[in-house]
Amino acid sequence: MAVLTEEQSMLRDAAKSWVQEKSPVTAFRKMRDSGAELGYDVAAWNEMAEMGWAGVIIPEEYGGSNFGYLSLGLVLEELGRTLTASPLIASGLGAASALILGGSDAQKGEWLPKLADGSAVGALAVDEGPHHKPEKVEATVSGGKLTGRKSFVIEGMAADVFVVSAKEGGKVELYLVKADDAGVKRTRLNLADSRGAANVEFNGAAADKLSGGAELLDKVLDRVRAGLAAEMLGAANQAFDVTLDYLKTRVQFGQVIGSFQALQHRAAKMFTELELARSAVEAALTAIDNDSPDVPELVSLSKAKMGDTFHLISNEMVQMHGGIGMTDAHDAGFYLKRARAAEAAFGNQAFHRDRYARIQGY
Amino acid sequence: MTFKILRIRDYFQMADFGGTDLDAFRKEVREWVEANFPASLKGKPNPMTGEGRADSPSADHEAWRKAVGSKGWGTPTWPKAYGGGGLSPAEARIVQGEFARAGAYNPIGGMGVMMFGPTLLEYGTEAQKNEHIPPICRGDLQWCQGFSEPGAGSDLAALATKAEDKGDHFIINGSKIWTSGAQYADWIFCLVRTDTSKKHEGISFVLFPMHQPGVEVRPIVLINGQSPFAETFFTDARAEKKDLVGPLNGGWTIAKRLLQHERSGISGMGGGGGMMGPSLSDLAKKYVGVDEDGRIDDQDLRNRIIRNSMETKVFQQTAFRAMAESKGNSGPSAATSIMKNAGTWLAQERHELTLEIMGHQGLGWEGDAFERDELETVRAWLYGKAFTIFGGSQEVQSNIVSKRILGLPDLTQNK
Repeated sequence: MAVLTEEQSMLRDAAKSWVQEKSPVTAFRKMRDSGAELGYDVAAWNEMAEMGWAGVIIPEEYGGSNFGYLSLGLVLEELGRTLTASPLIASGLGAASALILGGSDAQKGEWLPKLADGSAVGALAVDEGPHHKPEKVEATVSGGKLTGRKSFVIEGMAADVFVVSAKEGGKVELYLVKADDAGVKRTRLNLADSRGAANVEFNGAAADKLSGGAELLDKVLDRVRAGLAAEMLGAANQAFDVTLDYLKTRVQFGQVIGSFQALQHRAAKMFTELELARSAVEAALTAIDNDSPDVPELVSLSKAKMGDTFHLISNEMVQMHGGIGMTDAHDAGFYLKRARAAEAAFGNQAFHRDRYARIQGY
Repeated sequence: MTFKILRIRDYFQMADFGGTDLDAFRKEVREWVEANFPASLKGKPNPMTGEGRADSPSADHEAWRKAVGSKGWGTPTWPKAYGGGGLSPAEARIVQGEFARAGAYNPIGGMGVMMFGPTLLEYGTEAQKNEHIPPICRGDLQWCQGFSEPGAGSDLAALATKAEDKGDHFIINGSKIWTSGAQYADWIFCLVRTDTSKKHEGISFVLFPMHQPGVEVRPIVLINGQSPFAETFFTDARAEKKDLVGPLNGGWTIAKRLLQHERSGISGMGGGGGMMGPSLSDLAKKYVGVDEDGRIDDQDLRNRIIRNSMETKVFQQTAFRAMAESKGNSGPSAATSIMKNAGTWLAQERHELTLEIMGHQGLGWEGDAFERDELETVRAWLYGKAFTIFGGSQEVQSNIVSKRILGLPDLTQNK
């Protein structure tokens, strides 16, 4: 755990107790079973927004607390523990950072207060195929109208405003597009991890340009990746804790299975990977707060390391639980499914390893 | 050939620590180094450490050792009263940083500095500290570690070397193995059995001189052709009672503490290995070449280089995090067990990759057909296999993590 200020510790503790009381994994299961259209529980999201979590990175003049990315990461980590579904990453991190970094005063004034209090949801629409390739953009803008298809838009069904990448005159830019525009058509995706996502079609929808181009897109994506890695850290930690607890209670051959060295060493490996991954996640968030030049490198490091770690632990969670881990009644499957969805989102390990090497010049 | 061991705290020399209070000190150190560091040693590693150490020191090395020793800056944070530098961690980092800036190695090293000194400062009596710490700070005496025995490797507490109580002294019989640098050591810190009826509670921690008739040292040739380790035989060797550290039969606690210091030193090799010399990617560009996009022209190799580089970076981040979280609380934490495995795996993998990158040029044993770096790579690759064996094998480290940190139980069968 990073060295925190008193305020950060308080925020984390608040998130921890809210998650335990109001949003255990059973809440996620209930949401999944209800077939919630948006992929999250609106009442829970409203409570989160009421506590100010949607505005952690938003400046105070726009109704946020300007508390920084590491602080938001602490909240996301706690939410990740119980797989709490919410548009916090898409809206309070993705759309919010796009506006903070690239919005005009008017754009900020229109959207940031609503994002901060949760009355509007924003979403990033940047991918166009089965893989995250943000530099490959076919959507276009001309005469202020955006046309193109965006896939796997996280919280795409809930969004009131989209932050969309598109090319204008051959140059990549980000645009705000209102979801209620007649030129927007969205199709809900029913995903293995039960979270909210949509494919979105833009047919001459009114597009309001943010300033910053491809560089802005990169910056926004890095902020989202770092936040997602924090969520993954919480989920992986919880998956490990539950598995470790099972190793200490499940009895076979007359003793708890955690006394077997074959399992002990795998548990030690998971713990080691978690400790290492935590360092990478916290370093990336801290670098963003410091506006450090090595943000891209450190973010790719954290997303790749966290992806590998969550991948390993979610697989081991199922395997070490044996038959019960294969049942829908057990939570292990939820962590396994969430791990893969989170790995693929905004660049999987292969994407970030390649990016890391390119930044280093090889 | 040399292999510099970086401790976790050495990473701090890479970070920039400013502050006006420290600026004056930095200036003082810089001027002192300029005045005292012999130019002939610039950029060289300490010739008296590592598995390829020189037989005798040069005059310049001796002058540099004495200069640093007199300031206590080779052991910068140790108390001044015992010959240390008495510096704060921030000041110590400045000393390390200024040495690095001048291309100067720390001439005060070895097991006395790495493991024994910190342990004696914690567990020794005032008299023991006054006698044994100052020569370590000055680099006058070298220490070796008498722990492992032929029948007590990973199961260290099974050791059998016996110390018989003779009133004011002990008489020691038995043998030790893998005694690093025994052939160069003046003194040994040694685990001996003083009670055969108990395992862990029958072990004592004693110190005695190596230069005496009852001590014989036979170097062991390793797979890399060098002899950093030795077998050490004791036949009625003598240790004074005053050199018993801690209580009689209370040596195991001290041994465990010392091993923590040892492991934190070894783990540093992982991240350290990634920071020294040319990067794997630069080596690969030279030996393998690049494609039209500037990427290493072997996709599979490139991927593995990326992984090792990224893991090395994460390892360094974790070392920083551990330091930041301990807030100056000195001494290694439970995290050192994780770090030992993580760091040594990385170092070994780095050696394997270096060898692979060099191709046939990375297979030379000796001769003019090979560059010096290529020959060193082969020897370092082989020596590196020891990292996951000594100082607690990777399996023992995994046991420690799973039992002590994760609280997993012992088998109840066969107990």
